[in-house]
Amino acid sequence: MLKRLRPLFPYLTRYKKRYVVGLAALVITQLVGVTIPLIVKDAIDILSENGTRERLLFYAGLLLAVALTKGIFQYAMRWILIGISRDVEYDLRNDLVRHLMRLEPRYYTENRTGDLMSKMTNDLSAVRNMVGPGIMYSANTLVMGVATVALMVHIDPRLTLLCLLPLPIASLAVKFFGQKIHAQFEKVQALHSELVERARESLAGVRVVRAFCQEDAEIASFDRMNQSYVDSNRQLIWIQSFLWPALALLFAISFLLIMVAGGRDVLRGEISVGSFTAFNIYLMYLIWPIIALGWVTNIVQRGLASLGRLWTIFRAEPQIDDHAARPEILPTLRGEIEFRHLNFSYNGKLILKDINLHIPAGRTVAIVGATGSGKSTFVSLIPRLYDAPPGAILIDGVSIRQIPLATLRRHIGFVSQEPFLFSETVKNNIRFGAPEAGEAEVVRAAEISNIVAEIQSFPKGFDTMVGERGLTLSGGQKQRVTISRAVLRDPRILILDDALSSVDTDTEERILNQLTGILAGRTAILISHRISTIRNADEIVVLDQGTIVEQGSHEELLALGGYYAELYNKQLIEEALEKEA
Amino acid sequence: MPDGFHEEEVLGKAYDGRLMRRLLSYLRPYRRTVFFALIAIFFYGILQAVPPYLLKIEVDRYLDPTHRSPIPHFLGRLLSPKPAVGIAELAFGFFLPTVLLTFILQFAQTLAMQMVGQRVMYDLRKQIFSHLQRLEMSYFDRNPVGRMVTRVTADVDVLNDLFASGVVAIFGDFFTLLSILAVMLSLSWKLALLTFTVLPLIALVTGAFRKAVRESYRRIRIAIARINAYLQEHITGMSVVQLFNHEEKSFEEFERINRSHMEAFKDSIMAYGLFYPAVEFLGVLAIAIIIYYGGGMAMLGTLTVGTAIAFIQYSQRFFRPIQDLSDKYNILQSAMASSERIFKLLDTPTGIHDPVQPRPLASPQGRVEFRQVSFAYRDPHRVIENVSFTIEPGETVAVVGHTGAGKTTLTSLLLRFYDIQEGRILFDGEDISQLRLRDLRRNFAVVLQDPFLFSGTIASNIRLGTETITDAQVGEAARRVNLLDFIESLPEGFEERVRERGATLSVGQKQLIAFARALAHDPRVLILDEATSSVDSETESQIREGLRGLLENRTALIIAHRLSTIQSASKIIVMHKGHLREMGTHQELLARRGIYYKLYQLQYKDQERASVSVVAPALQADPEPQSASS
Ligand SMILES: Nc1ncnc2c1ncn2[C@@H]1O[C@H](COP(=O)(O)OP(=O)(O)OP(=O)(O)O)[C@@H](O)[C@H]1O
Ligand SMILES: Nc1ncnc2c1ncn2[C@@H]1O[C@H](COP(=O)(O)OP(=O)(O)OP(=O)(O)O)[C@@H](O)[C@H]1O
Ligand SMILES: [Mg+2]
Ligand SMILES: [Mg+2]
Repeated sequence: MLKRLRPLFPYLTRYKKRYVVGLAALVITQLVGVTIPLIVKDAIDILSENGTRERLLFYAGLLLAVALTKGIFQYAMRWILIGISRDVEYDLRNDLVRHLMRLEPRYYTENRTGDLMSKMTNDLSAVRNMVGPGIMYSANTLVMGVATVALMVHIDPRLTLLCLLPLPIASLAVKFFGQKIHAQFEKVQALHSELVERARESLAGVRVVRAFCQEDAEIASFDRMNQSYVDSNRQLIWIQSFLWPALALLFAISFLLIMVAGGRDVLRGEISVGSFTAFNIYLMYLIWPIIALGWVTNIVQRGLASLGRLWTIFRAEPQIDDHAARPEILPTLRGEIEFRHLNFSYNGKLILKDINLHIPAGRTVAIVGATGSGKSTFVSLIPRLYDAPPGAILIDGVSIRQIPLATLRRHIGFVSQEPFLFSETVKNNIRFGAPEAGEAEVVRAAEISNIVAEIQSFPKGFDTMVGERGLTLSGGQKQRVTISRAVLRDPRILILDDALSSVDTDTEERILNQLTGILAGRTAILISHRISTIRNADEIVVLDQGTIVEQGSHEELLALGGYYAELYNKQLIEEALEKEA
Repeated sequence: MPDGFHEEEVLGKAYDGRLMRRLLSYLRPYRRTVFFALIAIFFYGILQAVPPYLLKIEVDRYLDPTHRSPIPHFLGRLLSPKPAVGIAELAFGFFLPTVLLTFILQFAQTLAMQMVGQRVMYDLRKQIFSHLQRLEMSYFDRNPVGRMVTRVTADVDVLNDLFASGVVAIFGDFFTLLSILAVMLSLSWKLALLTFTVLPLIALVTGAFRKAVRESYRRIRIAIARINAYLQEHITGMSVVQLFNHEEKSFEEFERINRSHMEAFKDSIMAYGLFYPAVEFLGVLAIAIIIYYGGGMAMLGTLTVGTAIAFIQYSQRFFRPIQDLSDKYNILQSAMASSERIFKLLDTPTGIHDPVQPRPLASPQGRVEFRQVSFAYRDPHRVIENVSFTIEPGETVAVVGHTGAGKTTLTSLLLRFYDIQEGRILFDGEDISQLRLRDLRRNFAVVLQDPFLFSGTIASNIRLGTETITDAQVGEAARRVNLLDFIESLPEGFEERVRERGATLSVGQKQLIAFARALAHDPRVLILDEATSSVDSETESQIREGLRGLLENRTALIIAHRLSTIQSASKIIVMHKGHLREMGTHQELLARRGIYYKLYQLQYKDQERASVSVVAPALQADPEPQSASS
C-alpha cells in the first residue's frame, strides 16, 4: 500500500509540520476523552457509598472541564487535519491542470473529455478523502481503540475479552463486504461516467439530433444506460443495507454479553456498578472506531484506486517538450522553414512521405490537395502540435526541437481548420494570444479579417459573448475571429488552414488584400481548396496522399499540365458551363 | 465573466415547502414501499428506547447493592427473583429479541428506501433528459452543455441522498427522539426536564452552524460549477491554449477558481470543527446535569441508580439523532438547491412544440414557402427581415450572400429550430407551426455547416438511430459522396472507430460523413449548408455527379460560397444583411449586375484573364461538358 501511496508523498511532506501538530491534537483529544467514563464510574460508585452532593458537584465540574479541554483539541485536530486535505487537493488540482497544459493534442484524442473531467473531480475528491478524513479517522481509531481497551482491561480483563469477542468479526465483515462494495462501486462509477458522457454528447450534438428526428432514439439509448446504472447500483444497495444493521447487531451482542457476564461480576462483587456503567459507555465509545475501521478501509481502497487513475494523467509524459531545446541558438525567428525528408505517421499509418520543401523567410506558400491528403497534418507539425522526426523540420536552419516551444509558438500565428472560440467576449477571444493588446489593436486586427462592421452591429459590440465554441456566431464570423486572433500576435510565420472556407468571395478578396499588406516580410502558409485564395502565392505545393507531387508558381504549374492545371481547368469549365447555362 | 454564462444559479431558501411537496410527489408511484418503510422506521424508533430501559431494570432489580429500589416494576415482577436467572431472562428474553427486531427493521427500511431512491432517480433522469430533448434551440444557445449535463447527473445524484437516507431517516430520528423523551419523562419527569435544559443550547448551536455552512456551501457550489466549466472548455480547446502561449494566463485563471473553492471549503471545515465539539460538550453537560441532580435525587432516594444510569445512556442516544439531523440538514439543503435547479429546468416551457391540433401531412411534396418572414435571435436585433420566396417540389434553389448574411439562419427557421417573429413559413402549403415537429423535420435531411460526429463508428454516424437504414444504404450513401475508397482503406472499414467529434479524421472527411448521413436518410428536401466547403474540387464535382440522379425529384436548398457548387440550381437567392436582395436564375442575376454579379466576378476574374491563354484550348479539346450543358 505504501508503494501505491508513494506518488502522494511530496504533497504530504509539504505539510509535515501541520500533520504533526494535528496528530498531537488528535492524541490529546482522545486521551482526554477516554477519562469521561472513568469520572462517570466514580460518580456512580459514590451513589452506593453514601457520597455527598459536594462530591457530585466536583465530578460534574470535572466532567465539564475535561469536555472543554477535549473540545478545544478536537477543534484543532479537525481544522488542521481536514484542512490539510483541502490544501493537498488544491495543490494536486493545480499541478494536474498545469500538467494537462503540457500534454499534446494526441493525448486529447486518445482520452475522452468526460474521463479526464471525472478524474479531475471524482477521483481527486476520493484521494482527498483518503489524505484527510482517511488519515484522521484511522489515527482516531488507533489511539482511541488502544486507550479504551487498555482502560477496559484495567477494570476487568476477563469481561473485556468476552465483550470484545464479536468485534473482530465486525472488522472482518467490514473488510470482506468492503471489498465487494469497492468492486461494485468501481462498476457503478464506470457506468456513471458512461451515462454522463452519453448525455454530454447527445446535448452537444443537439442540432443533428433534432434535424434527423433522433430524439426518441437518443432517449432510448440514454434510457438503456440509465437502467443499467440503476441495476448495478441495486447490487451495491443490497450489500450496504445489510452491512450496517448487521454491524449494529454485532455490537448489540457485545452489550448483551456485558449485561450477562458484567452483571454476574457485579453480583459476585468483582466490579462495582459504576464500573459496569463505565463498561457500557466504553463499548459505546468503541462502536465508532470499529465502524470507522471498515469505513476507513473503504476510503483508502477507493482513494488508492482513484490515485492510480489520477496518476495516469501525470504518467502521461508530454512527448512534445523542451528536452532538446537550446534557447541560446535562436533567440528570435526570421521565419525560414525547411522540411528535410519528412515522414510522419499517426499510430503507424504513414500520412506524409519524404517531404522536401524549402520556404525562404518572407515567402508565401500555398498548399492544395485532395481531402485527407495530409495538408492539415503537415502544417500542424510546424508549431509542434505533433512531432516530426528530429531534424526533419528546421526554422532558420535550426531543428525546431532545439527551439523552445514557447519561442517557437510565439512567432507563429496559426488559424486551424475548425475554429475554436472560448465562451468569452469577442474582444477577449481576439486578444487571446496577445493579452496585453489594447482596444485599438484589437479593432485593427478585426479590420484585417473584415469583421469590424459586423461586430459593431452586435448589441454589445466587441463585448458580445460568443457562446460555447463560438456557437452564436455564423460560420464565417467564427473563422474571421480566429484570423484576427492569429494576426494580432504579429507573428513571423502565419499559417491559415483553409481559414476562408466559410467566407464569401467578396469578403475573401478583401481579407486577402488586407493580408497582402500584413504578409510583407512574413512567412505564410495558406491551405485552400479555392484557386482564388492561393493563386497569388509565391509558390504552390500540391500534396497527394502525403507526397509533394507538384511544386512551383501558378504559371509554372499551369504549364506543367498536372494536377493543379486540371484543378484549375475544372473550376474554369464549371464557370464556362455556368455562362452557357 | 460577464453575462453569468458560467454562473450556476444560486438558491433562495434552505427549506421550501413547495419544492419539497413537488419532490415528494415523485414518491407517489412507490407509496406502498414508502409506507412500509415508514412503519418499519416507526417501530425502529420505539425500539431505540428499549435497551437502556432493560439496563435500568437489571441494575435496580439485581445489581444495586443498596437495594433501595422501590416496588419492582411490572417487568420486574415477570422476572425471576434469582439474580442469575433473572439477568439471563432479561438478556435473552427481552434484550436479544429487541436487537434482532431492530436489525430486521433497519435492514428492511434501508433496503426499501434505497431501492425507491434508485427508482426515483431513474424517473427523474429520464424526465430531465427527455425534457432537454424537447427544449428549443435558443435554450442551447444560452446554456453551456456542461450545465445541462449537471442537471441530468450530479443534481439528481444529490437528490438520491435525500430519498435514500434523508426523508425517511428524518422520521426515524424523530421517532427515536420522541420515544426516548417519552421514556425519560415517565421515568422521572423532574430529571428529564432538567436534562432537557440543554436542548435550547443545542438549537442555538445548530442554528449558528447552519448559517455558517449555508454560505460556504453556496460558494462551494459556485466554485465547483466554475471548475467544471473551465475544465470542459480548456480540455476541448487545449491546442488553442498551447498555440497561443496562453498556458500561464489560463493557469492563473484556474488558480483563482481553485483557490476560491479551497477557501470556501475551509470555511465549512471551520464550521464543522466548531460544531462537533460544541455538540459533544453539550452531551457531556447533560451527563453532568444528570450526575449532579440525578445523583442528588438518588442520594435522597427519589431516584434509583438504574434510572440515573439509564438517563446517562438516553442522553447520549438522543444526541445522536440531533447530530444526525444537522447532517440531514445539509442533505436537505443541497437537495433543495438541486431540486430548485432541476425544477426550473423542467418548468422551462418548450417554446417550440407540437401544436394542439396538428395538421396532417399526407403525402409530402416538398414545397417550401417563406412569406414576409422576419426573425431575431435576440429581439430587436433582426437577423432576417421580411424575406419571401418559394421553392417548388423538385426544385434546387441556391442561397448565396456575404458571411453573416443570414443563410444558415434561414435553414434553422425552416427546420423550426427557432420560431419567427413575423410572417409565415409554409411546407406543402401548411404553416410549419401547425405541423407536428416530427412530421415536419422528417422531410428534411441537412448537412450542417459545422459537421458534428458522435463517438462510435463511421456506420453509426451515417445511420444515427434510424435502424431502418440498411448496410447497403449506408454503403450507397458513402459511395455517392465519394467516401467509399477512403472507408475501405481503413482497417475496420465502416466499423472503424470514430473519436469524440471525429478528432482523428480530416475536416473534409468529417464533412463527407455528415453528407453521407443526410443522403442515407433519403429526404424529400435536402439542405446543404456549405456541405463541401472543406472538400477539394475533384471530390466535389464527383459528388455533384453522384447527386445528379438523386436530386431529380427532390427539393434541395443549397448554401455555398463557391459558386461552382450551385450551378445546378434553378433559382438563386442572394441574401444581404438579413434581406433577400436578389432572386432569379444565374443569367438573370448576372444581367442585374448586383451583388451576385460582383461575387461572381471576384471569383472568376483571375480565370477570365487566364482563360484566354491557357484554358480556352483546353475547353475546346474537351467537348463533353459543352454537350452536357446544352
Ligand atoms: N444562435 C445564434 N444566436 C445569436 N445570434 C446568432 C446565432 N446564430 C447566428 N447569429 C447571428 O445571426 C447572423 C446571421 O448568421 P448566419 O449564421 O445565418 O449567417 P450565414 O449567412 O450563415 O453566414 P456564414 O456564411 O458565415 O455561415 C450573424 O450576425 C450571427 O452572428
Ligand atoms: N489525429 C489523427 N489520428 C489519426 N489519423 C488522423 C488524425 N488526423 C488526421 N488523420 C488522418 O490523416 C489523414 C490526413 O488528414 P489531414 O487532416 O491532414 O488531411 P487534410 O489534407 O487536411 O484534409 P482536408 O482537406 O479534408 O482538411 C486523413 O486520412 C485522416 O483520416
Ligand atoms: Mg485539413
Ligand atoms: Mg452559415
